[in-house]
Amino acid sequence: MSQAKSRWFGYRRRLANGLLGGFALLATVLALLPLILLLYYMAARGLPALSLDFFTKSPKPVGEPGGGMANAVVGTLVLIGLAGLAGLPIGILGGIYLAEFGNNRFGWAVRFAADVLSGVPSIVIGMFIYALVVLPMRHFSAIAGGAALGVIMIPAVMRTTEEIIRLVPSSLREAALSLGATQSRTILRIVLAAAKGGVITGGLLAIARISGETAPLLITALGYNFLSVRLDQPIASLPVQIFNYAISPYDDWHAQAWAGALVLVMLVAVLSLAARCATRGRLRMVR
Amino acid sequence: MGCDCKIRTENLTVSYGSFQALKAVNLSLHSRRIIAFIGPSGCGKTTFLRALNRMNEIIEGASTRGRVFLDGKDIYAPEVDVVSLRRSVGMVFQRPNPFPMTIFENVAFGPRLHGLARGSDLAELVEQSLRRAALWEEVKDKLRQSAFSLSGGQQQRLCIARLLAVEPEVLLMDEPCSALDPISTLRIEELMRELKRNYTIIIVTHNMQQAARVSGETGFFLHGELVEFGPSSRVFTSPEDRRTEDYITGRFG
Amino acid sequence: MKGIRQAFEEQLDELQKHVVRMGGLAAEAVEASIQALVQRDVELSAKVMEIENQIDAFNLDIETRCLQLLALQQPMARDLRTIAAVFRIITDIERIGDYSVDIARQARVLAAIPLFKPLIDIPRMAETVSRMLHNSLEAFVRRDLDLALAAVQEDETVDHAYHSLHDELVEYIQRDPSLTLQAIRLLMIGVYLERMADHVTNIGERIFYMETGELKELHE
Repeated sequence: MSQAKSRWFGYRRRLANGLLGGFALLATVLALLPLILLLYYMAARGLPALSLDFFTKSPKPVGEPGGGMANAVVGTLVLIGLAGLAGLPIGILGGIYLAEFGNNRFGWAVRFAADVLSGVPSIVIGMFIYALVVLPMRHFSAIAGGAALGVIMIPAVMRTTEEIIRLVPSSLREAALSLGATQSRTILRIVLAAAKGGVITGGLLAIARISGETAPLLITALGYNFLSVRLDQPIASLPVQIFNYAISPYDDWHAQAWAGALVLVMLVAVLSLAARCATRGRLRMVR
Repeated sequence: MGCDCKIRTENLTVSYGSFQALKAVNLSLHSRRIIAFIGPSGCGKTTFLRALNRMNEIIEGASTRGRVFLDGKDIYAPEVDVVSLRRSVGMVFQRPNPFPMTIFENVAFGPRLHGLARGSDLAELVEQSLRRAALWEEVKDKLRQSAFSLSGGQQQRLCIARLLAVEPEVLLMDEPCSALDPISTLRIEELMRELKRNYTIIIVTHNMQQAARVSGETGFFLHGELVEFGPSSRVFTSPEDRRTEDYITGRFG
Repeated sequence: MKGIRQAFEEQLDELQKHVVRMGGLAAEAVEASIQALVQRDVELSAKVMEIENQIDAFNLDIETRCLQLLALQQPMARDLRTIAAVFRIITDIERIGDYSVDIARQARVLAAIPLFKPLIDIPRMAETVSRMLHNSLEAFVRRDLDLALAAVQEDETVDHAYHSLHDELVEYIQRDPSLTLQAIRLLMIGVYLERMADHVTNIGERIFYMETGELKELHE
């Protein structure tokens, strides 16, 4: 090939590379745009309304200025706690079962059911809990809310746990077994220890997801304008409170809604960050 | 049965589903020896090794027929406790597989599991095992560090120490040096020679020169059949079977 | 079963060819030295020295090749035995070459003086030795144990011939002491030929080892 021709081909190659890289960059920027705009808006609208009052005071009656979302913040924490209490053990143990013993038709069925469940709209899960918990109890409650969120969590936690455990190299298992460990001992002491980080990540990410669920809470925990930690009574939560404030006609409520949204996003961000940290370091094994 | 051998197999046959990995292997192995098994990939030598401590049972669909006697007792008898069998007959694998714990915890895992020692006795047992594995001097100051901070050769010696800590009688080694550099390999071979004084060592290897260097007796597997077994000095200079000859001279595909 | 170790096989082949060439040269030297004696040809004696130099060169070359093959190819079983055999065989061939030179030297001296007896036993012994050598080389190439054994068995013939030569010469010396010096020279040629036959026997033993892995004394 003549020198001129090869130079032309080289130029064409570089041009193609550059174009592709450029388009990819552009696409990335476009994808990030909504996120950036969102954060900007929330920061712009929410930060001014963020104050100590926000975290310490409950809502004032309609019309009166001031007040905060302390009840919602606490409520969200309570609901997350309840959901975690139910969803994490079930999800993790289920994931362990699927990974260790689930190579049969039953396991296949369980996985399929979990996949279906994760696709069910959260409002439907809320209705299910309404029928199961709210009706017999005759009123809305934090427990119902926690149950709904827990049910949403289970498939996600189960799948991530299963996958993380599957990633633990069989050589570790064999090493333990060849030293005379029983299968249960092996799982508990070795496999879980190796998969710890990944399991924690899965849990944290699931919690981050449910902390923003609104629809199911509307018909299970309902909402409450006062600070409460009673489990058998309705309870406030950030998403629901934000919803209520957002559709209200009051400006200062709108501002508080933005603040609430900001807090929610911060919560998710912190949880995600914690999840990242958990997977560094000793997780060389399973990554 | 009048045989003073450590391990004896009688028509040992292992199948994975319909595939016969081992065909009626009959063998007598004596204690305090190093015995090597060679053969091309898929010939059944690893299956044979794993049959000696019932590690084949982990694989789904594996069925074992025939008998394996350890000190005269059939290890596949229904009343045999697999856990204590695996304590007596331990295994070292191809790639070093230390647990994601500290060096100390790795070696202490076995003894803790079987309740062999506690407290200061445990610390002593760990030290003794590390000494026997020729690793103590290199790690005595960093017992609390992660096992992954060690080099490949050291990790493999750690795995050997971990195994020695449960006081086995037989050491099964499945290509223990294939993931290691030549110097580490020679170190481990030296270690094997020392260990031979107190343990029976059975090693499966791809490396014929290693088998020749290290073992007193060598067996050649081909397609699940034990083709030849005898003193290494004879097998590598004048093998009896043509197939053995073809394999070790490299004329075999 | 070629293919996998093609390069190694070719090297082994080369090695064996060199051994055969070296052996051929030795046979040539033997024949030339006896010719020199019989035909009283001084030039031929010189030729024997020349051939012997080539034999020495081969010796060195083949030994080096063997060492290389051992170090670089890790031969086992039959291949290992072949190389071990070659090490010893070339030594024996080299000794045969040396003895040819010794014969040639004696031939040169004897060429200057009239012989007191016709040369019968010596050429016959030489013929046998030559044949033994050729057969051994053939047996080496073809890995033919029967041929090797046959060659070895002829050693007996050479031994007998030597003993009868010895007795005859002793008789001559006893009858006429002035013939002693010449008789000694002829006897020594007989000794050289007898030793050559022994070395050929060694070659036969090495061929046997190469094939069977057994080290056996094949002659008395």
